[in-house]
Amino acid sequence: MIHTYKLGGYNIVIDVYSGSVHSVDDVAYDIIEMFETHTEDEIVSAVTEKYKDRGDVNENEVRECIADVKELKERRKLFTSDPYASIASGTKFKSNTIKALCLHVAHTCNLNCSYCFASQGKYKGERALMSFEVGKRALDFLVENSGGRTNLEVDFFGGEPLMNWDVVKQIVEYGRSIEKEKGKHFRFTLTTNGMLVDDDVIEFSNREMHNVVMSIDGRKEVHDYYRKDYAGNGSYDRIIPKFQKFAKSRGDTGYYVRGTFTHRNVDFTRDLFHLADLGFTQLSMEPVVCAPTDPEALTEEDLPKLFEQYEILANEMLKRKKEGRELTFYHYMIDLSHGPCIYKRINGCGSGTEYMAVTPWGELFPCHQFVGDEKYSLGNIWDGVKNEEVRDKFRKCNVYSRRECDDCWAKLYCSGGCAANAYHATGDITGIYEYGCRLFKKRIECAIMMKVAEMTEGDT
Amino acid sequence: MKRIQTLDTRDLEKSVKNGGCGECQTSCQSACKTSCGVANQPCENKKNEKESK
Repeated sequence: MIHTYKLGGYNIVIDVYSGSVHSVDDVAYDIIEMFETHTEDEIVSAVTEKYKDRGDVNENEVRECIADVKELKERRKLFTSDPYASIASGTKFKSNTIKALCLHVAHTCNLNCSYCFASQGKYKGERALMSFEVGKRALDFLVENSGGRTNLEVDFFGGEPLMNWDVVKQIVEYGRSIEKEKGKHFRFTLTTNGMLVDDDVIEFSNREMHNVVMSIDGRKEVHDYYRKDYAGNGSYDRIIPKFQKFAKSRGDTGYYVRGTFTHRNVDFTRDLFHLADLGFTQLSMEPVVCAPTDPEALTEEDLPKLFEQYEILANEMLKRKKEGRELTFYHYMIDLSHGPCIYKRINGCGSGTEYMAVTPWGELFPCHQFVGDEKYSLGNIWDGVKNEEVRDKFRKCNVYSRRECDDCWAKLYCSGGCAANAYHATGDITGIYEYGCRLFKKRIECAIMMKVAEMTEGDT
Repeated sequence: MKRIQTLDTRDLEKSVKNGGCGECQTSCQSACKTSCGVANQPCENKKNEKESK
C-alpha cells in the first residue's frame, strides 16, 4: 500500500509497510499513481501526452522512470505487501510486563477548567490525595511486574499533582533509592497547571524529572476562558511567569508546554506562536476530548480550518528553523531513520497492558482516561491485575484488530489510535475516533513534508 | 534516481527481527495524554543501529 500527496510544493510517496518515504517530481508522481493499474505502454502514452510541452519528458525518460519504480518495488520500498498481519498475534504481544504508570497523586485541583476530562481532577469521584505508602507500593508493583525492562516511566498526574508535592518528592526519593538494587531506571515526569510552581518545585524537578508538561492553552483570552480558579478568575497571569522561569531553568530541554484547543480557537496556531513569543520552544497542542454535544467540541466545519492551521504551523516552523528560531511541536517530531520498530507501531501506547494508571487509593485502570469507569477497573497495586478479561481486551487491541484501519495508510504511524478516544466515540476500545484519525493523518502528512523539505534544503 | 529521492528511513521489515524490546517511551505518557501516535517515539534498542546498516 502506498499514500501519495502533494504538500508544501513537494510530491510525496509513502510506502506504508516498509516505512519508506520518497520525494518525487511530477512525472514520477503520475507514473507511481498509475503503476499498479495500467500497463507500461499506457503509462508512457498518458505521461508523454500530459507533458508534451516539456522538453525533458520523452518516451525514454518515462521508461527510465518506470524502471526506477520497478526497482524500488523489487527492493520492497514501493508497493510493499503486508508482511505483518501474522506477527500481530505473536508472542511479543502476549507479555504481562508493565513498564509505565500514571500516578494520580491528587484527585483534586486548584483550577476549575470546564473542559476537563477528569471533571476538575475528581474523575467523577471523591477528592483525594495519594499517600506515600500507596505511591511506594505503586513503584514496587511496577518493579515487580517490569520483567527485563530497564527504563520505567512514572508520570505524576492529577488533578494537580503539586497539591500533593511532598508525597511526590518522597515517591521520587524512594524510587531513586531502589534503582541500583533492582537494576531499573525511573523516568519521572510531572504534568502541572503551574499554579503552585515555586523554586523548590523547579529545583527538584530539574534534578529528578525527565520531562515536565506545563499546561497552557495559549493567548490570555483563550487560556483564561477555560482555565479559571474556583473564584472564576483566569490563571494566565499567575502561571505564565512561573512557567517561563521553569522552562528557562530546564535549559530548554525536557519540557513541553501543552495546550488544548477547542471549537472556540480553531486558529490554534496563533496560540502556539504566542507561546513561542513568550519564549517556549517545545510545544504540544491537542484537540479537545469531549462529547460531540459539548459547545467546545470540534465540528465538521472546523476540519478544513484545522487542516489549514496544521499547514501554517509546518511552514512557519520550517521558516523559523532557517532563521535559527527553531520550534518543536510534539506531533511533528518524527524520527524516520531511528523511529519505533514494527512491534511498537502495531501495538501502540500499551494502555491496559504495559501502561496503567493508579488512583490515589491504589486501584489500577488501563490509562488515565479510564479512571473512574468501574467497568475498566483492572485490580490494585497490592493484589495485581485481577480483571484479566479487560487486560486481554486491551492486549488484543492493536492496529490489526480494527477493521477500519485495514486500508489506512497512516496505521503504522498511529497504531490504530487512542483506545480511550475510540471508547468515548464509539463505546468500544476497538472502534476508531474518526475525527481524530483525520487530524492525525493531516499531522503526519505535515510532519513528513517537513522532513522532505529539510532533506531538499540540505541538498541545495 | 533522477526523478525520485528516497529519504533515509528505518526498514520496518528488518525491525521484525530485532524489535519489540519495549524500552522505548510509552506513547502518550509524558506529553499529549490524549492521542496515540508512535511516530515520534525514538527507538531505544541499540540493535537498531546494526539493523539499519
